[in-house]
Amino acid sequence: MVHLETDIFIIGAGGSGMYAAIAAARNGAKVIIADKSMIGRGGATIMAQMTTAAALGDEEPDHWTMHLEDTLLAGRGLCNEELSSVLCKEAIDRIREMDDWKVGWARKNGKITGVGAPGHRKPRCVYVDFLNTGPAVAKCLRTQIVRNAEVTRISGLLITDVVVEDGVVVGAVGFNLADQTPVTIAAKAVIIAAGGLTRLYSRNSASANMNGDGYAMALRAGAELIDMEFPQFFPIGHLAPRLVGMDPIMWDPFRYKLGGRLRNAKGEEFVHEYGGQDEGKYLTTRDIISYAITKEEEAGRATSNGGVYLSFEHLLEEELRSAFGPVIDRLAANGIDLTKRPIEVAPIAHYHMGGIKVNSRMETSVLGLYAAGEAVGGANGANRLSGNALVEAFVFGERAGRFSAIYATGKQRGWSNKSGIRHLDSLNNLISCKHSDDPEHAELGQIWAELQNLMWQNVGVLRTGLKLKKTLLRLRSIRENLEEVTPAKGQAFNLTLQDWFDLRSGLLTAEAVTLSALNRTESRGAHQREDFTETKQSFERNQSISLDRNGSLNSRFVTSKNFSELKNAR
Amino acid sequence: MNEMKDRVTITVKRGAQNEEPHFEVYRVPYREGMSVLDAIMWIRTNIDSSLAVRYSCINANACKECMVMVDGKTQYACTTRLLNRDTTIEPLSNKVLIKDLVTDIVPPKENLHFIVKNIPSNV
Repeated sequence: MVHLETDIFIIGAGGSGMYAAIAAARNGAKVIIADKSMIGRGGATIMAQMTTAAALGDEEPDHWTMHLEDTLLAGRGLCNEELSSVLCKEAIDRIREMDDWKVGWARKNGKITGVGAPGHRKPRCVYVDFLNTGPAVAKCLRTQIVRNAEVTRISGLLITDVVVEDGVVVGAVGFNLADQTPVTIAAKAVIIAAGGLTRLYSRNSASANMNGDGYAMALRAGAELIDMEFPQFFPIGHLAPRLVGMDPIMWDPFRYKLGGRLRNAKGEEFVHEYGGQDEGKYLTTRDIISYAITKEEEAGRATSNGGVYLSFEHLLEEELRSAFGPVIDRLAANGIDLTKRPIEVAPIAHYHMGGIKVNSRMETSVLGLYAAGEAVGGANGANRLSGNALVEAFVFGERAGRFSAIYATGKQRGWSNKSGIRHLDSLNNLISCKHSDDPEHAELGQIWAELQNLMWQNVGVLRTGLKLKKTLLRLRSIRENLEEVTPAKGQAFNLTLQDWFDLRSGLLTAEAVTLSALNRTESRGAHQREDFTETKQSFERNQSISLDRNGSLNSRFVTSKNFSELKNAR
Repeated sequence: MNEMKDRVTITVKRGAQNEEPHFEVYRVPYREGMSVLDAIMWIRTNIDSSLAVRYSCINANACKECMVMVDGKTQYACTTRLLNRDTTIEPLSNKVLIKDLVTDIVPPKENLHFIVKNIPSNV
């Protein structure tokens, strides 16, 4: 057993966690940052091959209020406008700051290059060539924290619970993955920077460790979630032929640089049938394209693999090379020549608009508990614009770090020798439990597979009340019976213990998504109900989810602050 | 995606640091173009969840966590295509073994026990 003490403890070391560490340290705090994967390697940031949006105005005149208007429009009336404002305004500061840290934004004539993307009226999406934005950002932020003596980094530490006493955060409990050593961390404030839930879906684009931990941890700590019915489906995830060594969302940058044409199995373009506009350009937002492709599949016009064609066959080899240089060689190594054949694409789970409910200081409803990055809900409403995810990590990470450090200043740690005992006991019980007799132990893998299929089939792009109800019951039953499922024997890097905790969080988060989707009896943005196809004015409200003492999830609708109220407040 | 007719034999070197290593043989459905990591993940889901492996990004060759030996050569499991023939997967031979395919690749300063020894009181 190991006990550590710090001012600020950060769970998750992707873009938002690392930015939070930098900001907390420069505001005078000692920081420990931990990740169940490796620092700067897990999570979504490193996977982001594409762009990030900020109204720099370098490419052509732009203003953050225009970025805000675009974000609110895409959010279909559900954005927390205070959070969206902060996001669009401070995106500029963070992009410039990272430029000072030599992240390597692509430039032309000395100016940072901005490109367009659907829903953005200005070319404001910046990137690092080629398809290297996420890795470059992760490396840049990691370098900043490695140099910082105030920041201690721990890789391979899985946090199971945030510890709250008398309504105040006092620290966290977890274990070292390599040898199951239990770990307690006393902290003045805790930042949950472990957002993302795409692993809950069988078709997904993100890394293995994004299974809804952050949301479930927040619920168990007593915080509220918001907009959980809105996971975003990336419309043109790579489907076939099997491609290795590339992110499945890689076709997005191809589309904004080169256009490309979407066709069904009969060779017909179809996006215009669903209110979109495509015709070789990249103009239609993600929710509409996901819907259109899923409907084509339903109508029997999908390819044999269950998707549609994306074609760049009308382009010349030189055009492809000048836009994507070495990527064209990586495609060739996969046997793909884009001038000769289309590839197949289909929607995949990509991002989560919903998340932990916070104010603009990233404070949750629990004193001392903060959230950052994708873990935060509200800034993007019912649909996120391309490019708003990485800046959300930077802006909300910086804010969570800064405001938690200010909160922690002058405070004493509330940890006592009784703190975290309940969580430690259940961890120790699980480690020392009577293990299954099945030496091969595929049970946890099978439950994971069932969870992913349930979510994809029934809580995916198109939803109906009946399927949602059935799924909710099944998820509850698996969650209630999880106590009877045991990890395999053995202390060394026992992945089944991680699988168990991942499932515990994943099931709770999946239930929150399903319950929210069931209650929203309308269609809006990424939430499309086949039994309620209209968007209803009465549902221009956010749904808030909390966990009660009996372990049940409760939902209520709350009216979101609109912009005019905010203007009055100023 | 329905080309699951063939199975391919995968031999995995297993065992923790202080155990006698042994080889286990799995028959994995073969699909044209699949990666070595696809096969390992299939084994974990369908046969043995206790097989230890380190990976994060699954497919993108971004996280660089999944390095193993495939038929004696050091490779990223996520970018190495599985060939339709017998394949042997082993942990890296030049790193300290933790368990099965997992070796100690964490930077020492990010290791819990190093931190406890060297930073006795963090504040």
